[in-house]
Amino acid sequence: MMATATQEHPTPPSAAPGSYILELDDVGKSYGNVHALRGVNIRVRAGEVTCVLGDNGAGKSTLIKIIAGLHQHTEGVMRVEGEETTFNSPREAQGRGIATVYQDLALAPLMSVWRNFFLGNELRKGIGLDIPQMKKVAGEELQKMGIVIPDLDRPVGALSGGQRQVIAIARAVYFGAKVVILDEPTAALGVKQSGVVLKYIVRMRDAGLGVIFITHNPHHAYLVGNHFVILKLGRLVLDAKRDDLTLDQLTAEMAGGQELAELSHELRGATSGADASAAKEIEAEMEEVLHVEADGTGTGAGAAEGNKA
Amino acid sequence: MPAVGALIGAVVVGLLFFVAAPAFRNVANVGTILYTCATIGLMAVFVALLMIGGEFDLSAGVAVTTSGLAAAHIAWNFGLNVWVGVLAALVLSLAIGAFNGWLLAKTGLPSFLVTLGTFFVFQGINLAVTRIVTGGVSSNNISEMDGWDSAKSIFASSFKVGPVEIKSLVIYWIILTVILSWVLLRTTFGNWILAAGGDDKAARAVGVPVTLTKTILFMGVGFGAWIVGMHMLFEYNTVQSAAGLGNEFIYIIAAVIGGCLLTGGYGSVVGASVGALIYGMTLLGISYAGWDVDWLKTFLGAMLIGSVLVNNYVKRKADA
Repeated sequence: MMATATQEHPTPPSAAPGSYILELDDVGKSYGNVHALRGVNIRVRAGEVTCVLGDNGAGKSTLIKIIAGLHQHTEGVMRVEGEETTFNSPREAQGRGIATVYQDLALAPLMSVWRNFFLGNELRKGIGLDIPQMKKVAGEELQKMGIVIPDLDRPVGALSGGQRQVIAIARAVYFGAKVVILDEPTAALGVKQSGVVLKYIVRMRDAGLGVIFITHNPHHAYLVGNHFVILKLGRLVLDAKRDDLTLDQLTAEMAGGQELAELSHELRGATSGADASAAKEIEAEMEEVLHVEADGTGTGAGAAEGNKA
Repeated sequence: MPAVGALIGAVVVGLLFFVAAPAFRNVANVGTILYTCATIGLMAVFVALLMIGGEFDLSAGVAVTTSGLAAAHIAWNFGLNVWVGVLAALVLSLAIGAFNGWLLAKTGLPSFLVTLGTFFVFQGINLAVTRIVTGGVSSNNISEMDGWDSAKSIFASSFKVGPVEIKSLVIYWIILTVILSWVLLRTTFGNWILAAGGDDKAARAVGVPVTLTKTILFMGVGFGAWIVGMHMLFEYNTVQSAAGLGNEFIYIIAAVIGGCLLTGGYGSVVGASVGALIYGMTLLGISYAGWDVDWLKTFLGAMLIGSVLVNNYVKRKADA
């Protein structure tokens, strides 16, 4: 079973690409008479990135909490690998291969990289920790993902925001996640750092994981997403495949009628600004990674990114 | 690494008194200095672990007295073998620690407040119960009772190494420093301590039992209080009901001089012991040098601030 396999080694996702790892059917959550979430349908396939977009208060957090096991849904059905499921704790969700990486509570900043990586899943030799092995594995896993950290004894607080996110993600993947939920991983990051994280999302997708990417940034979503879902006031307002949608349409749907003019003005401003060249660079790089194979050009660029920061 | 400031401080203080106080250079006094250090250090190592785990225990000083009084009162009042009192005191000390941890988890209040409360509660109990049992302010002398000699040989014996007299408490202090440092740096539980103090939400998210970890750390402080409490009882035959007051700050100062952050998640057990060493050398050094001991606290306060600044400086350099 997955639960035992997680302890040992990175298990390749068992579900064949294309099959649903996680399904939500008409899922809702109400607190008494207040409906925080209603009639949400989401299908997560292995090797696909499902983007969940929505403004603050749209119900994104409630949705994550249901999938992550922090809350239980009150309506509808959630299925994990075809089996009807309700998670009663985050531990239970993790045991079924669903890992959540939160934007702010991922890592303990004063602890070293390897300690954070193995937190809660420490390797032991006898009664003590097997420190050399943990450092070796942590170093290898991070390198695979294009982050090179010369000194794994450094506290993670001394690393860049993007690197921290990637460590948290790499950890979830290493410990056997089949579905990774990323809660606003790019919200607090600059353009370059966001690029590091977006590249990593692509790598996870190519490694055959199901990724749920929660964001309010349609640009980031469109760069990596296969499938887009927009939540508004606790309801689904859009559910579309990448082929059926352009970035402009996604942005428009996301922003809604009256806010659209304002937003497009902002975006026009951004494309002419100094930041725009960096943004373009990342976008171009992303396109490359998206269409070229995962282990191609992306690794070198990622490593350079890691060293620079 | 966290202990660098403390090590520098220890060398400076040692040299200062080596030069200023002739008696400090007398090898026979090493045992006395180490003994003074041990009475603080044995508690400081547990307090340091608790602080690294993100919590304070202001009741630690009073807990030592509570433990000693409990053993004496129980044995004397019920006419039992001294060992029964000793074991009952152990259970009580661990229970007080567990209670602190439980209250912290239940109320969600900062441990500073929770243990400030238990500090006063047990201070009152120490005075009131002693008054009820003995009619006075100290426990009755139980040195004629069964089991006294064997218990004293464990908790308050000493042996000679050349001219130096070493108390058993010093050995316990050193052993505990080694064990607890190993626990912190080389075990799963140590990783949990660092995480619980560093970011408890992150720790919970990956399945670390944060509440249990902290409760065990409070019980550790209780265990330390028991050893020191038993030592006080068997060393001096009676325990003063008002003793121990103010020592909680000395433990915290030793831990902080040793590199523990007040905010948790970072620190060193060895550092806390070096902090205790600084305290012991300062306390005896001042009197050996013939200076007024009234200056001790002033000296300690300056040491505290100086060490923290050095620690921060070293840490910034290391991170950069």
